[in-house]
Amino acid sequence: MKAFGTVHKYGDNVDTDVIIPARYLNTTDHKELAAHCMEDIDPDFVKKVKEGDIIVANMNFGCGSSREHAPIAIKASGISCVIASTFARIFYRNAINTALPILECDEAAKKIEDGDQVEIDFDTGIITNKTKNETYQAQPFPEFIKEIINAGGLLNSLKK
Amino acid sequence: MGMTMTQKILAAHAGLEKVEAGQLIKCKLDMVLGNDVTTPVAIKEFQKAGFDSVFDKTKISMVMDHFTPNKDIKAAGQCKLCRDFANEKGIVNYFDVGDMGIEHALLPEKGLVAPGELVIGADSHTCTYGALGAFSTGVGSTDMAAGMATGEAWFKVPSAIKFNITGKLNEWVSGKDVILHIIGMIGVDGALYKSMEFVGDGIKNLSMDDRLAMANMAIEAGAKNGIFIVDEITKAYVSDKVNREYKVYEPDADAKYDAVYDIDLGKIKSTVAFPHLPENTRTIDEVGEVKIDQVVIGSCTNGRMEDLQVAAKILKGKHVAKNVRCIVIPATQKIYMQAMKEGLLEIFINAGCAVSTPTCGPCLGGHMGILAAGERAVATTNRNFVGRMGHPESEVYLASPAIAAASAITGKISDVSEVL
Repeated sequence: MKAFGTVHKYGDNVDTDVIIPARYLNTTDHKELAAHCMEDIDPDFVKKVKEGDIIVANMNFGCGSSREHAPIAIKASGISCVIASTFARIFYRNAINTALPILECDEAAKKIEDGDQVEIDFDTGIITNKTKNETYQAQPFPEFIKEIINAGGLLNSLKK
Repeated sequence: MGMTMTQKILAAHAGLEKVEAGQLIKCKLDMVLGNDVTTPVAIKEFQKAGFDSVFDKTKISMVMDHFTPNKDIKAAGQCKLCRDFANEKGIVNYFDVGDMGIEHALLPEKGLVAPGELVIGADSHTCTYGALGAFSTGVGSTDMAAGMATGEAWFKVPSAIKFNITGKLNEWVSGKDVILHIIGMIGVDGALYKSMEFVGDGIKNLSMDDRLAMANMAIEAGAKNGIFIVDEITKAYVSDKVNREYKVYEPDADAKYDAVYDIDLGKIKSTVAFPHLPENTRTIDEVGEVKIDQVVIGSCTNGRMEDLQVAAKILKGKHVAKNVRCIVIPATQKIYMQAMKEGLLEIFINAGCAVSTPTCGPCLGGHMGILAAGERAVATTNRNFVGRMGHPESEVYLASPAIAAASAITGKISDVSEVL
Protein backbone atom coordinates (compact mmCIF):
# COMPACT_ATOMS: atom_id res chain seq x y z
CA MET A 1 0.00 0.00 0.00
CA LYS A 2 1.28 3.45 -0.91
CA ALA A 3 0.26 7.05 -0.29
CA PHE A 4 1.29 10.19 -2.16
CA GLY A 5 0.43 13.79 -1.45
CA THR A 6 1.32 17.32 -0.42
CA VAL A 7 2.47 17.91 3.13
CA HIS A 8 0.78 20.13 5.71
CA LYS A 9 3.44 20.72 8.35
CA TYR A 10 2.87 21.48 12.06
CA GLY A 11 5.04 21.73 15.17
CA ASP A 12 5.14 20.09 18.61
CA ASN A 13 2.19 19.12 20.83
CA VAL A 14 -0.64 19.45 18.30
CA ASP A 15 -3.53 18.68 20.67
CA THR A 16 -6.88 17.13 19.81
CA ASP A 17 -8.65 20.34 20.88
CA VAL A 18 -7.09 22.19 17.95
CA ILE A 19 -7.57 19.20 15.62
CA ILE A 20 -11.30 19.25 16.35
CA PRO A 21 -12.53 21.83 18.92
CA ALA A 22 -15.02 20.56 21.51
CA ARG A 23 -17.67 22.98 20.23
CA TYR A 24 -18.11 20.58 17.29
CA LEU A 25 -18.28 17.39 19.34
CA ASN A 26 -22.05 17.41 19.44
CA THR A 27 -22.02 15.33 16.27
CA THR A 28 -20.50 12.03 15.15
CA ASP A 29 -20.95 12.79 11.44
CA HIS A 30 -17.60 12.32 9.73
CA LYS A 31 -18.13 14.99 7.04
CA GLU A 32 -19.33 17.56 9.59
CA LEU A 33 -16.26 16.88 11.74
CA ALA A 34 -13.96 17.10 8.70
CA ALA A 35 -15.40 20.53 7.88
CA HIS A 36 -13.77 21.86 11.09
CA CYS A 37 -10.56 19.81 11.03
CA MET A 38 -7.50 21.74 12.34
CA GLU A 39 -9.69 24.85 12.67
CA ASP A 40 -8.02 26.34 15.76
CA ILE A 41 -4.44 25.82 14.55
CA ASP A 42 -4.84 26.33 10.80
CA PRO A 43 -8.18 27.90 9.79
CA ASP A 44 -7.33 27.50 6.07
CA PHE A 45 -6.60 23.76 6.33
CA VAL A 46 -10.02 22.62 5.11
CA LYS A 47 -9.78 24.97 2.11
CA LYS A 48 -6.36 23.77 0.99
CA VAL A 49 -6.39 20.05 1.88
CA LYS A 50 -6.70 17.64 -1.08
CA GLU A 51 -7.48 13.93 -1.12
CA GLY A 52 -4.30 11.99 -0.35
CA ASP A 53 -2.45 14.84 1.39
CA ILE A 54 -0.17 14.10 4.33
CA ILE A 55 0.14 15.74 7.76
CA VAL A 56 3.66 15.93 9.22
CA ALA A 57 4.31 17.15 12.76
CA ASN A 58 6.97 16.99 15.43
CA MET A 59 6.66 15.71 19.03
CA ASN A 60 3.55 14.42 20.86
CA PHE A 61 1.02 14.75 18.02
CA GLY A 62 -2.58 14.29 19.19
CA CYS A 63 -2.02 15.01 22.87
CA GLY A 64 -4.87 15.84 25.22
CA SER A 65 -8.44 14.66 24.93
CA SER A 66 -9.17 11.06 23.91
CA ARG A 67 -11.76 12.18 21.36
CA GLU A 68 -11.77 9.75 18.45
CA HIS A 69 -13.38 12.57 16.53
CA ALA A 70 -9.78 13.79 15.93
CA PRO A 71 -8.51 10.88 13.78
CA ILE A 72 -12.01 10.65 12.25
CA ALA A 73 -11.89 14.33 11.21
CA ILE A 74 -8.36 13.97 9.82
CA LYS A 75 -9.23 10.85 7.83
CA ALA A 76 -12.52 12.28 6.52
CA SER A 77 -10.73 15.47 5.40
CA GLY A 78 -8.81 13.34 2.89
CA ILE A 79 -5.50 12.95 4.73
CA SER A 80 -3.83 9.65 3.78
CA CYS A 81 -1.25 9.50 6.58
CA VAL A 82 0.10 11.39 9.58
CA ILE A 83 3.85 11.32 10.16
CA ALA A 84 5.26 12.58 13.47
CA SER A 85 8.36 12.29 15.64
CA THR A 86 6.12 10.90 18.40
CA PHE A 87 2.40 10.50 18.95
CA ALA A 88 0.46 10.92 22.18
CA ARG A 89 -0.56 7.43 23.22
CA ILE A 90 -4.35 7.69 23.06
CA PHE A 91 -4.21 9.25 19.58
CA TYR A 92 -1.81 6.46 18.52
CA ARG A 93 -4.31 3.82 19.68
CA ASN A 94 -7.25 5.63 18.13
CA ALA A 95 -5.50 5.99 14.77
CA ILE A 96 -4.71 2.26 14.69
CA ASN A 97 -8.18 1.30 15.88
CA THR A 98 -9.86 3.48 13.24
CA ALA A 99 -7.37 2.54 10.50
CA LEU A 100 -5.93 6.03 9.99
CA PRO A 101 -2.38 5.32 8.79
CA ILE A 102 0.28 6.90 11.01
CA LEU A 103 4.06 6.63 11.04
CA GLU A 104 6.62 7.54 13.68
CA CYS A 105 9.74 8.94 12.02
CA ASP A 106 11.81 11.61 13.70
CA GLU A 107 14.05 12.23 10.67
CA ALA A 108 11.08 12.71 8.33
CA ALA A 109 9.37 14.99 10.85
CA LYS A 110 12.48 17.15 11.09
CA LYS A 111 13.35 17.33 7.38
CA ILE A 112 9.99 17.47 5.61
CA GLU A 113 8.67 20.99 5.09
CA ASP A 114 5.25 22.42 4.39
CA GLY A 115 4.28 21.88 0.76
CA ASP A 116 6.77 19.06 0.07
CA GLN A 117 5.54 16.21 -2.15
CA VAL A 118 5.92 12.96 -0.26
CA GLU A 119 5.37 9.28 -1.08
CA ILE A 120 4.95 6.62 1.59
CA ASP A 121 5.40 2.87 1.17
CA PHE A 122 3.57 1.33 4.13
CA ASP A 123 4.97 -2.15 3.53
CA THR A 124 8.58 -1.05 3.89
CA GLY A 125 8.07 2.08 6.02
CA ILE A 126 10.12 4.08 3.50
CA ILE A 127 9.10 7.72 3.15
CA THR A 128 10.30 9.43 -0.05
CA ASN A 129 10.45 13.20 -0.20
CA LYS A 130 10.09 13.86 -3.95
CA THR A 131 10.60 17.61 -3.51
CA LYS A 132 13.92 17.26 -1.67
CA ASN A 133 14.92 13.93 -3.22
CA GLU A 134 15.45 12.32 0.19
CA THR A 135 14.27 9.09 1.82
CA TYR A 136 13.59 8.33 5.49
CA GLN A 137 12.91 5.03 7.25
CA ALA A 138 9.91 4.91 9.62
CA GLN A 139 9.56 2.53 12.57
CA PRO A 140 7.67 -0.58 11.44
CA PHE A 141 4.53 -1.60 13.38
CA PRO A 142 4.57 -4.83 15.41
CA GLU A 143 2.73 -7.72 13.69
CA PHE A 144 -0.19 -7.53 16.14
CA ILE A 145 -0.85 -3.92 15.21
CA LYS A 146 -0.36 -4.58 11.48
CA GLU A 147 -3.17 -7.13 11.74
CA ILE A 148 -5.54 -4.53 13.19
CA ILE A 149 -4.64 -2.02 10.48
CA ASN A 150 -4.92 -4.58 7.69
CA ALA A 151 -8.33 -5.70 8.95
CA GLY A 152 -9.54 -2.08 8.65
CA GLY A 153 -9.60 -1.25 12.37
CA LEU A 154 -10.03 -2.92 15.75
CA LEU A 155 -13.66 -4.01 15.50
CA ASN A 156 -13.18 -5.50 12.06
CA SER A 157 -10.19 -7.44 13.40
CA LEU A 158 -12.33 -8.78 16.29
CA LYS A 159 -15.03 -9.98 13.90
CA LYS A 160 -12.57 -12.29 12.13
CA MET B 1 13.89 -8.08 37.40
CA GLY B 2 10.81 -7.08 39.37
CA MET B 3 7.62 -5.44 38.19
CA THR B 4 6.12 -2.02 38.82
CA MET B 5 2.64 -1.65 40.36
CA THR B 6 1.19 -1.07 36.90
CA GLN B 7 2.93 -4.11 35.41
CA LYS B 8 1.62 -6.33 38.24
CA ILE B 9 -1.97 -5.24 37.67
CA LEU B 10 -1.63 -5.71 33.90
CA ALA B 11 -0.05 -9.17 34.37
CA ALA B 12 -2.83 -10.27 36.73
CA HIS B 13 -5.49 -9.17 34.24
CA ALA B 14 -3.71 -10.85 31.34
CA GLY B 15 -3.47 -14.14 33.26
CA LEU B 16 0.32 -13.96 33.15
CA GLU B 17 2.89 -14.50 35.91
CA LYS B 18 5.10 -11.78 34.58
CA VAL B 19 5.12 -9.04 31.96
CA GLU B 20 7.80 -6.63 30.85
CA ALA B 21 7.86 -3.19 29.28
CA GLY B 22 7.11 -3.25 25.56
CA GLN B 23 5.18 -6.53 25.62
CA LEU B 24 1.80 -6.51 23.84
CA ILE B 25 -0.90 -8.17 25.94
CA LYS B 26 -4.67 -8.63 26.12
CA CYS B 27 -6.29 -7.84 29.47
CA LYS B 28 -9.65 -8.52 31.10
CA LEU B 29 -11.47 -5.32 32.04
CA ASP B 30 -13.16 -4.57 35.37
CA MET B 31 -14.90 -1.44 34.09
CA VAL B 32 -15.49 0.23 30.72
CA LEU B 33 -16.47 3.91 30.85
CA GLY B 34 -17.83 6.44 28.40
CA ASN B 35 -19.45 9.88 28.41
CA ASP B 36 -22.00 11.69 26.24
CA VAL B 37 -19.33 12.80 23.73
CA THR B 38 -17.42 9.55 23.30
CA THR B 39 -20.16 6.94 23.86
CA PRO B 40 -22.23 7.83 20.75
CA VAL B 41 -19.20 7.06 18.54
CA ALA B 42 -18.68 3.80 20.46
CA ILE B 43 -22.34 2.79 20.11
CA LYS B 44 -22.23 3.39 16.35
CA GLU B 45 -19.04 1.30 16.03
CA PHE B 46 -20.55 -1.42 18.27
CA GLN B 47 -23.65 -1.61 16.10
CA LYS B 48 -21.78 -1.35 12.80
CA ALA B 49 -19.64 -4.33 13.80
CA GLY B 50 -22.81 -6.30 14.45
CA PHE B 51 -22.52 -6.90 18.19
CA ASP B 52 -25.84 -7.17 19.97
CA SER B 53 -25.03 -7.72 23.64
CA VAL B 54 -22.52 -6.33 26.12
CA PHE B 55 -20.02 -8.51 27.99
CA ASP B 56 -21.28 -7.55 31.47
CA LYS B 57 -24.13 -5.15 32.26
CA THR B 58 -22.58 -4.21 35.61
CA LYS B 59 -19.11 -3.43 34.26
CA ILE B 60 -19.99 -0.61 31.90
CA SER B 61 -20.48 2.97 33.10
CA MET B 62 -22.02 5.72 31.00
CA VAL B 63 -22.00 9.21 32.44
CA MET B 64 -23.78 12.08 30.69
CA ASP B 65 -21.53 14.87 31.91
CA HIS B 66 -19.94 16.83 29.07
CA PHE B 67 -22.70 18.77 27.30
CA THR B 68 -25.33 18.27 30.01
CA PRO B 69 -27.89 19.41 30.96
CA ASN B 70 -28.13 19.30 27.16
CA LYS B 71 -26.63 22.45 25.71
CA ASP B 72 -28.31 22.18 22.32
CA ILE B 73 -30.43 19.94 20.12
CA LYS B 74 -27.49 17.92 18.80
CA ALA B 75 -26.16 17.31 22.32
CA ALA B 76 -29.63 16.20 23.37
CA GLY B 77 -29.61 13.74 20.47
CA GLN B 78 -26.28 12.30 21.59
CA CYS B 79 -27.57 11.76 25.15
CA LYS B 80 -30.76 10.20 23.81
CA LEU B 81 -28.71 7.74 21.77
CA CYS B 82 -26.77 6.76 24.93
CA ARG B 83 -29.93 6.55 27.06
CA ASP B 84 -31.75 4.35 24.55
CA PHE B 85 -28.72 2.06 24.20
CA ALA B 86 -28.30 1.81 28.01
CA ASN B 87 -31.98 0.94 28.44
CA GLU B 88 -31.94 -1.59 25.63
CA LYS B 89 -28.79 -3.36 26.85
CA GLY B 90 -29.67 -3.07 30.54
CA ILE B 91 -26.55 -1.06 31.45
CA VAL B 92 -26.71 -0.80 35.26
CA ASN B 93 -24.36 2.15 35.75
CA TYR B 94 -25.93 4.69 33.43
CA PHE B 95 -25.95 8.15 35.04
CA ASP B 96 -28.04 10.97 33.63
CA VAL B 97 -28.95 14.52 34.70
CA GLY B 98 -30.16 14.48 38.29
CA ASP B 99 -27.90 11.70 39.51
CA MET B 100 -24.86 12.12 37.33
CA GLY B 101 -21.69 13.92 38.29
CA ILE B 102 -18.42 14.51 36.48
CA GLU B 103 -17.43 10.94 35.60
CA HIS B 104 -14.03 10.84 37.34
CA ALA B 105 -15.45 12.22 40.56
CA LEU B 106 -18.53 10.01 40.30
CA LEU B 107 -17.01 6.54 39.73
CA PRO B 108 -14.77 6.52 42.84
CA GLU B 109 -17.62 8.04 44.91
CA LYS B 110 -20.01 5.28 43.78
CA GLY B 111 -17.47 2.56 44.57
CA LEU B 112 -17.25 1.55 40.91
CA VAL B 113 -13.45 1.43 41.04
CA ALA B 114 -11.35 -0.42 43.62
CA PRO B 115 -7.61 -0.85 44.20
CA GLY B 116 -5.96 -3.33 41.84
CA GLU B 117 -8.73 -3.14 39.25
CA LEU B 118 -8.28 -2.41 35.56
CA VAL B 119 -10.42 0.31 34.02
CA ILE B 120 -10.52 1.80 30.53
CA GLY B 121 -12.53 4.89 29.76
CA ALA B 122 -13.26 6.77 26.57
CA ASP B 123 -12.07 9.94 28.25
CA SER B 124 -8.45 10.89 28.65
CA HIS B 125 -8.81 11.72 32.37
CA THR B 126 -9.76 8.13 33.17
CA CYS B 127 -6.24 7.95 34.64
CA THR B 128 -7.75 9.60 37.77
CA TYR B 129 -8.48 6.24 39.43
CA GLY B 130 -4.79 5.54 39.85
CA ALA B 131 -5.29 7.52 43.06
CA LEU B 132 -7.02 4.38 44.39
CA GLY B 133 -4.20 2.07 43.31
CA ALA B 134 -6.09 0.91 40.22
CA PHE B 135 -4.73 0.76 36.67
CA SER B 136 -6.91 3.09 34.67
CA THR B 137 -6.28 4.71 31.34
CA GLY B 138 -7.98 6.76 28.69
CA VAL B 139 -8.81 5.21 25.34
CA GLY B 140 -10.92 6.12 22.33
CA SER B 141 -14.47 5.21 21.41
CA THR B 142 -13.48 2.17 19.34
CA ASP B 143 -11.61 0.68 22.30
CA MET B 144 -14.72 1.38 24.38
CA ALA B 145 -16.90 -0.41 21.81
CA ALA B 146 -14.55 -3.41 21.75
CA GLY B 147 -14.40 -3.37 25.57
CA MET B 148 -18.20 -3.32 25.85
CA ALA B 149 -18.47 -6.24 23.45
CA THR B 150 -15.62 -8.46 24.64
CA GLY B 151 -14.58 -7.26 28.11
CA GLU B 152 -11.00 -7.09 26.87
CA ALA B 153 -8.49 -4.55 25.58
CA TRP B 154 -4.95 -4.70 24.16
CA PHE B 155 -2.10 -2.91 25.86
CA LYS B 156 1.57 -2.34 25.37
CA VAL B 157 3.09 -2.85 28.83
CA PRO B 158 4.54 0.52 29.86
CA SER B 159 7.82 1.28 31.56
CA ALA B 160 7.57 3.71 34.46
CA ILE B 161 8.86 6.82 36.18
CA LYS B 162 8.96 6.77 39.97
CA PHE B 163 8.07 9.81 42.06
CA ASN B 164 9.35 9.39 45.59
CA ILE B 165 7.17 11.70 47.67
CA THR B 166 8.37 12.98 51.04
CA GLY B 167 7.39 15.77 53.44
CA LYS B 168 4.18 17.70 53.94
CA LEU B 169 2.38 20.40 51.96
CA ASN B 170 2.36 23.98 53.23
CA GLU B 171 -0.90 25.80 53.92
CA TRP B 172 -2.93 26.60 50.75
CA VAL B 173 -0.75 24.29 48.65
CA SER B 174 -2.50 21.21 47.24
CA GLY B 175 -2.11 18.12 45.08
CA LYS B 176 -2.90 20.34 42.08
CA ASP B 177 0.25 22.38 42.73
CA VAL B 178 2.31 19.18 43.06
CA ILE B 179 1.16 17.80 39.71
CA LEU B 180 1.54 21.17 37.95
CA HIS B 181 5.07 21.36 39.40
CA ILE B 182 5.83 17.85 38.09
CA ILE B 183 4.43 18.59 34.61
CA GLY B 184 6.46 21.81 34.52
CA MET B 185 9.54 19.77 35.41
CA ILE B 186 9.16 16.83 32.98
CA GLY B 187 7.06 18.46 30.22
CA VAL B 188 3.82 17.53 28.47
CA ASP B 189 5.47 14.48 26.90
CA GLY B 190 7.81 13.79 29.83
CA ALA B 191 6.04 10.53 30.67
CA LEU B 192 4.90 9.64 27.13
CA TYR B 193 3.71 5.98 26.94
CA LYS B 194 4.88 5.46 30.56
CA SER B 195 3.37 5.00 34.02
CA MET B 196 3.88 7.61 36.71
CA GLU B 197 4.14 5.75 40.02
CA PHE B 198 3.76 7.76 43.23
CA VAL B 199 5.37 6.18 46.29
CA GLY B 200 7.13 7.28 49.47
CA ASP B 201 6.34 8.20 53.04
CA GLY B 202 4.97 11.61 52.05
CA ILE B 203 1.95 9.93 50.42
CA LYS B 204 0.30 9.64 53.84
CA ASN B 205 0.24 13.45 53.99
CA LEU B 206 -1.81 13.67 50.78
CA SER B 207 -5.60 13.40 51.07
CA MET B 208 -7.60 11.32 48.60
CA ASP B 209 -8.76 14.54 46.91
CA ASP B 210 -5.11 15.60 46.48
CA ARG B 211 -4.21 12.19 45.03
CA LEU B 212 -7.21 12.19 42.68
CA ALA B 213 -6.18 15.63 41.34
CA MET B 214 -2.62 14.41 40.80
CA ALA B 215 -3.48 11.11 39.08
CA ASN B 216 -6.06 13.00 36.99
CA MET B 217 -3.35 15.09 35.32
CA ALA B 218 -0.89 12.24 34.62
CA ILE B 219 -2.20 12.40 31.03
CA GLU B 220 -1.01 16.02 30.82
CA ALA B 221 2.54 14.66 31.05
CA GLY B 222 1.68 12.17 28.30
CA ALA B 223 1.49 9.25 30.75
CA LYS B 224 -0.47 6.07 30.16
CA ASN B 225 -1.46 6.07 33.81
CA GLY B 226 -0.62 7.60 37.16
CA ILE B 227 -0.84 5.34 40.18
CA PHE B 228 -0.44 5.68 43.95
CA ILE B 229 0.50 3.06 46.49
CA VAL B 230 -2.47 1.94 48.57
CA ASP B 231 -2.35 2.93 52.25
CA GLU B 232 -4.71 3.31 55.21
CA ILE B 233 -6.17 6.50 53.70
CA THR B 234 -7.07 4.64 50.49
CA LYS B 235 -8.56 1.75 52.44
CA ALA B 236 -10.61 4.10 54.61
CA TYR B 237 -11.84 5.90 51.46
CA VAL B 238 -13.10 2.73 49.77
CA SER B 239 -14.36 1.06 52.97
CA ASP B 240 -17.86 2.58 52.79
CA LYS B 241 -18.03 2.55 48.99
CA VAL B 242 -16.66 -0.76 47.69
CA ASN B 243 -18.24 -3.96 48.97
CA ARG B 244 -16.29 -6.49 46.92
CA GLU B 245 -12.89 -8.09 47.43
CA TYR B 246 -9.99 -6.12 46.03
CA LYS B 247 -6.27 -6.72 45.77
CA VAL B 248 -3.48 -4.34 46.73
CA TYR B 249 -0.37 -4.34 44.50
CA GLU B 250 2.99 -2.94 45.53
CA PRO B 251 5.98 -2.43 43.27
CA ASP B 252 8.75 -5.02 43.61
CA ALA B 253 11.83 -3.77 45.42
CA ASP B 254 13.87 -4.43 42.24
CA ALA B 255 11.29 -3.00 39.82
CA LYS B 256 12.97 -1.12 36.99
CA TYR B 257 12.17 2.58 36.57
CA ASP B 258 13.29 4.74 33.63
CA ALA B 259 13.79 7.64 36.04
CA VAL B 260 13.28 8.46 39.71
CA TYR B 261 12.36 11.91 41.00
CA ASP B 262 12.35 12.95 44.64
CA ILE B 263 9.53 15.35 45.47
CA ASP B 264 9.60 17.13 48.84
CA LEU B 265 6.03 18.34 49.37
CA GLY B 266 7.28 21.03 51.75
CA LYS B 267 9.17 22.71 48.90
CA ILE B 268 6.21 22.93 46.52
CA LYS B 269 4.76 26.42 46.07
CA SER B 270 1.41 27.35 44.59
CA THR B 271 1.87 26.90 40.85
CA VAL B 272 0.12 28.32 37.78
CA ALA B 273 0.30 26.93 34.23
CA PHE B 274 0.31 29.72 31.65
CA PRO B 275 -1.22 29.37 28.16
CA HIS B 276 -1.16 27.25 26.09
CA LEU B 277 0.40 24.15 27.64
CA PRO B 278 0.18 22.65 31.14
CA GLU B 279 4.01 22.57 31.22
CA ASN B 280 4.27 26.38 31.08
CA THR B 281 4.35 26.62 34.86
CA ARG B 282 5.40 29.47 37.13
CA THR B 283 5.28 29.58 40.90
CA ILE B 284 2.83 32.15 42.24
CA ASP B 285 5.63 34.57 43.14
CA GLU B 286 6.78 34.59 39.49
CA VAL B 287 3.37 35.27 37.94
CA GLY B 288 3.40 39.07 37.72
CA GLU B 289 0.33 41.15 36.84
CA VAL B 290 -2.22 39.01 34.95
CA LYS B 291 -5.74 40.46 34.85
CA ILE B 292 -8.58 38.00 34.47
CA ASP B 293 -12.20 37.95 33.28
CA GLN B 294 -13.40 34.61 34.59
CA VAL B 295 -12.70 32.01 37.27
CA VAL B 296 -13.84 28.40 37.08
CA ILE B 297 -13.70 26.26 40.22
CA GLY B 298 -14.68 22.70 39.38
CA SER B 299 -13.92 19.85 36.90
CA CYS B 300 -12.73 16.25 37.27
CA THR B 301 -9.47 17.68 38.62
CA ASN B 302 -10.73 20.03 41.33
CA GLY B 303 -14.49 19.90 41.84
CA ARG B 304 -14.36 17.77 44.99
CA MET B 305 -15.31 18.52 48.58
CA GLU B 306 -11.91 19.73 49.78
CA ASP B 307 -11.59 21.95 46.71
CA LEU B 308 -14.88 23.67 47.51
CA GLN B 309 -14.00 23.92 51.21
CA VAL B 310 -10.71 25.68 50.44
CA ALA B 311 -12.37 28.06 47.95
CA ALA B 312 -15.15 28.86 50.46
CA LYS B 313 -12.65 29.59 53.23
CA ILE B 314 -11.06 32.23 51.00
CA LEU B 315 -14.28 33.67 49.52
CA LYS B 316 -16.16 33.84 52.86
CA GLY B 317 -17.28 37.41 53.53
CA LYS B 318 -15.49 38.65 50.38
CA HIS B 319 -16.81 39.54 46.95
CA VAL B 320 -15.77 38.61 43.44
CA ALA B 321 -14.06 41.57 41.68
CA LYS B 322 -16.07 43.80 39.37
CA ASN B 323 -16.12 42.49 35.79
CA VAL B 324 -15.02 39.00 36.87
CA ARG B 325 -17.40 36.02 36.57
CA CYS B 326 -16.72 33.25 39.05
CA ILE B 327 -18.37 29.90 38.29
CA VAL B 328 -18.34 27.16 40.93
CA ILE B 329 -19.25 23.64 39.81
CA PRO B 330 -19.50 20.89 42.45
CA ALA B 331 -18.41 17.71 40.66
CA THR B 332 -21.23 15.42 41.81
CA GLN B 333 -24.71 15.63 43.34
CA LYS B 334 -23.33 14.24 46.60
CA ILE B 335 -20.65 16.95 46.74
CA TYR B 336 -23.30 19.55 45.83
CA MET B 337 -25.50 18.36 48.70
CA GLN B 338 -22.62 18.29 51.18
CA ALA B 339 -21.54 21.79 50.11
CA MET B 340 -25.10 22.94 50.70
CA LYS B 341 -25.21 21.38 54.17
CA GLU B 342 -21.89 22.94 55.11
CA GLY B 343 -23.10 26.37 53.99
CA LEU B 344 -20.50 26.62 51.24
CA LEU B 345 -23.02 27.36 48.49
CA GLU B 346 -24.32 30.30 50.53
CA ILE B 347 -20.76 31.62 50.89
CA PHE B 348 -20.22 31.33 47.12
CA ILE B 349 -23.52 32.99 46.23
CA ASN B 350 -23.01 35.80 48.75
CA ALA B 351 -19.58 36.37 47.21
CA GLY B 352 -21.17 36.81 43.79
CA CYS B 353 -20.33 33.40 42.32
CA ALA B 354 -22.59 31.39 40.02
CA VAL B 355 -23.08 27.85 41.36
CA SER B 356 -23.86 25.23 38.74
CA THR B 357 -25.21 21.70 38.67
CA PRO B 358 -22.41 19.16 37.94
CA THR B 359 -21.07 19.38 34.36
CA CYS B 360 -17.74 19.33 32.52
CA GLY B 361 -19.17 22.36 30.67
CA PRO B 362 -16.59 25.16 30.53
CA CYS B 363 -13.47 23.00 31.00
CA LEU B 364 -13.60 21.89 27.37
CA GLY B 365 -15.34 24.97 26.02
CA GLY B 366 -18.64 23.12 25.84
CA HIS B 367 -21.02 25.48 27.63
CA MET B 368 -21.61 27.18 31.01
CA GLY B 369 -18.79 29.70 30.77
CA ILE B 370 -17.31 30.13 27.29
CA LEU B 371 -14.64 32.82 26.81
CA ALA B 372 -14.74 35.59 24.19
CA ALA B 373 -11.71 36.61 22.09
CA GLY B 374 -9.06 38.19 24.28
CA GLU B 375 -10.58 37.01 27.58
CA ARG B 376 -8.59 35.27 30.30
CA ALA B 377 -9.68 32.69 32.85
CA VAL B 378 -8.08 31.18 35.90
CA ALA B 379 -9.41 27.64 36.12
CA THR B 380 -8.93 24.68 38.42
CA THR B 381 -9.31 22.50 35.32
CA ASN B 382 -6.60 20.49 33.57
CA ARG B 383 -5.94 21.90 30.08
CA ASN B 384 -5.07 25.33 28.76
CA PHE B 385 -4.68 24.53 25.07
CA VAL B 386 -5.55 27.07 22.35
CA GLY B 387 -9.33 27.55 22.35
CA ARG B 388 -9.88 25.07 25.18
CA MET B 389 -12.44 27.24 26.99
CA GLY B 390 -13.81 29.11 24.01
CA HIS B 391 -12.45 31.50 21.39
CA PRO B 392 -9.03 30.52 19.97
CA GLU B 393 -7.76 33.91 21.14
CA SER B 394 -8.84 33.38 24.76
CA GLU B 395 -6.47 32.20 27.48
CA VAL B 396 -6.69 29.71 30.34
CA TYR B 397 -4.39 29.73 33.38
CA LEU B 398 -4.46 26.50 35.38
CA ALA B 399 -4.26 26.75 39.16
CA SER B 400 -5.43 25.31 42.48
CA PRO B 401 -8.82 26.14 44.03
CA ALA B 402 -7.02 28.41 46.55
CA ILE B 403 -5.34 30.50 43.84
CA ALA B 404 -8.54 30.54 41.76
CA ALA B 405 -10.60 31.82 44.70
CA ALA B 406 -8.04 34.48 45.65
CA SER B 407 -7.82 35.59 42.00
CA ALA B 408 -11.61 35.89 41.76
CA ILE B 409 -11.52 38.43 44.60
CA THR B 410 -8.69 40.58 43.23
CA GLY B 411 -9.46 40.25 39.51
CA LYS B 412 -5.88 39.22 38.75
CA ILE B 413 -3.87 36.05 39.42
CA SER B 414 -3.18 36.31 43.14
CA ASP B 415 -1.75 34.38 46.06
CA VAL B 416 -4.01 33.71 49.03
CA SER B 417 -1.91 36.08 51.17
CA GLU B 418 -3.20 39.00 49.08
CA VAL B 419 -6.78 38.51 50.26
CA LEU B 420 -6.55 37.02 53.76
